[in-house]
Amino acid sequence: MRRFIVRRIGQNILTFFLFLTLVYVLVDAQPGDFADIYLADPRLTPTQRAQLRESLGLDRPVLERYLQWLRNAVRGDLGVSFSNYPRPVIDVILERAPRTIVLFLTATIMSYYVGFLAGKVLAWKRGGFMEYATTIVGVGLYTVFLPWFGLMMIWFFAFTLGLFPIGKFVDPVVWRRAPVDANFVFHRMIFSAFLGSTILLLWTSFSRRLNPDQRRPARLIGFLVVLVGIVGYWIVSGIGRYAWDILHHLVLPILTLTLVNFAGTMLLTRNSMLETLREDYIMAARAKGLPDKTIRDKHAARNAMLPVVTAFVLAVAFVLDGGVITETIFSWPGMGLTLLEAAVVQDIPMVIGALVFTGILALTAHLVADVLYAFLDPRIRYS
Amino acid sequence: MAEIAKPSPQPPAPDFIIPEPGSHVPVIETPLWKIRLRLFLRSARTNFQLFAENPIGLFGLGIILFFALMALIHPYLMDNVWDRNIYDPVIGIDQSIPYHPAPPSADHWLGTDPLGRDVLSQLMFGTRAAFVLGILAAIVTVTIATTVGALSAYYGGIVDTIFMRLADLIIMTPTVTILIVMAALFNVGFVHLAIIIGLLGGFGGATIIIKSQALTIKVRAYIEAARVAGGGDVHIILRHIIPNLLPLSFLYMMFTVTTAIALEAVLSFFGLLNIRMSWGLMIYTTQRAGYLLDMSKWWLVFPAGLAITMLCAAFYLVGRAMDEVVNPRLRKR
Repeated sequence: MRRFIVRRIGQNILTFFLFLTLVYVLVDAQPGDFADIYLADPRLTPTQRAQLRESLGLDRPVLERYLQWLRNAVRGDLGVSFSNYPRPVIDVILERAPRTIVLFLTATIMSYYVGFLAGKVLAWKRGGFMEYATTIVGVGLYTVFLPWFGLMMIWFFAFTLGLFPIGKFVDPVVWRRAPVDANFVFHRMIFSAFLGSTILLLWTSFSRRLNPDQRRPARLIGFLVVLVGIVGYWIVSGIGRYAWDILHHLVLPILTLTLVNFAGTMLLTRNSMLETLREDYIMAARAKGLPDKTIRDKHAARNAMLPVVTAFVLAVAFVLDGGVITETIFSWPGMGLTLLEAAVVQDIPMVIGALVFTGILALTAHLVADVLYAFLDPRIRYS
Repeated sequence: MAEIAKPSPQPPAPDFIIPEPGSHVPVIETPLWKIRLRLFLRSARTNFQLFAENPIGLFGLGIILFFALMALIHPYLMDNVWDRNIYDPVIGIDQSIPYHPAPPSADHWLGTDPLGRDVLSQLMFGTRAAFVLGILAAIVTVTIATTVGALSAYYGGIVDTIFMRLADLIIMTPTVTILIVMAALFNVGFVHLAIIIGLLGGFGGATIIIKSQALTIKVRAYIEAARVAGGGDVHIILRHIIPNLLPLSFLYMMFTVTTAIALEAVLSFFGLLNIRMSWGLMIYTTQRAGYLLDMSKWWLVFPAGLAITMLCAAFYLVGRAMDEVVNPRLRKR
């Protein structure tokens, strides 16, 4: 097992460097460079443009720039973003990455949860009209043209009903007199959500030891206590309305992403369940006379979860890919939008920085998926 | 001259064995290709019966046929029914209507777009574009994925390592982002896009899945038997491994079509492709004209948006239904 992991890590690092090289060459091969976007600006003379090019190091050959970038990157310095000058790339990433991760992690968890529940029922009640209707609607949503669907959602929920803001991260009117900046509030929000879910997780695993009658009320009480604690903290802290504003902006993108993505999980769970239901231990459970719900939830669904968990881990790796479209439509200032904007103006350090971020995320996810697979299914062992 | 045209004096070699009297060699009187054809037809019929058991697959197939019909009758309509100056999807304009976009009418069933072009004609033209793109991309993907998957499973070792690391590399790449960068960089047209999507798919995720299937085929007894009978590597790969991979490859073709159509629509929507007309471009035109969120002009966005969604969903549903044919563990019985 350890040898397998070490080998995988080694291979992944090699792949990662290949990926970086490929992307650097590709981005650099675009016609023109960053200084050319000032071509139409009469205040910048050709000499000044040449100076700008020289100061950004754009006059040197590609290989030299790439090697220098690589040397610095290994030391943890990803360079300075041209379009956010003079902010370092790492600074921009640290600001924007949490927004993307929070948005997509929440949406992914939601869609996997909904999809898993739906898929479980779908496999159990096979062949009815409900199955066909759910599958067709689900696949319709799954393959929907996302820009169009996102705009429909904005039109319906934000424009017509006025329930949610139309886009962006915060509402400037609310924040005009704010004592702190949005990142401060957002980091506090992440921290409280993290703390709350950790406590809940610990409490759930602890409550397993209780006897079955007490388990459900104990979990409910734990959940309520954590909820009251978090809400109470935000009310007392005095910046609760700003946190509420950010949350309000989060709802519509999350709703859209959940609707679009749940069908994938639903169909995966369904297939996995159908394969599990053929196993002998399901027959044994039926023969014991267990109620249907117990067989479905405790015997079949638990075992059918394996591919779903793997798919979930891999889905986390692709936040940036979905991010480009979703963040553009909802004007959510996360990594996807940053990457797109940087790619358009040839802000090479920023593009590569964003891709380093994705690459690390993707590789970690792949590795975790592999290890998790072996861990969850004892039949699979790596030799 | 007549001597050259004369058939060779030797009779053609018999395509079956003539047994010696008294021997027990079985006589096969029909030629081999006929047997192969009959077997193929029989398995195709059984598979279609399995496929038809699932109403979802038939529903998808129905939608695909509907769109295929739309794509096919468009050239006919252009030549015989519609006036080319008015109904051409790219350069037509109806000058009898003072204001464009005009709502649906008897002349224009789905109205006209901001530039005065007929939306229905654009939609039908876009259907053909979507089919060509999707199927071209799918063929490229499946050809590469099947070949590479079979080769790397069969030979293993360095071939396997190279192709699998390449697949890892491609899986890691955010496809939409890279395509946006490439579309901004090169003059990406229709065929280029299909080939790029096909290459990304073929060397990426599809290869890994097809290779893992090929690995399970490689260890079967009939491969061993073929080798013992003196079959070379090329023969085994072409005759035994690839035919057994084809159902799975065909399945991946369906999913690739979905991906390709969706990607084209996204790139056109951002206005990055150099193509004449497509569904994504219809939405892009609407967006540029500022009618995107104007629901009173629904005919500008809805037909194209629905068409993209429906055709993608149809191919996906057919793929799902075929999954049940290919994978017996999912069947009802």
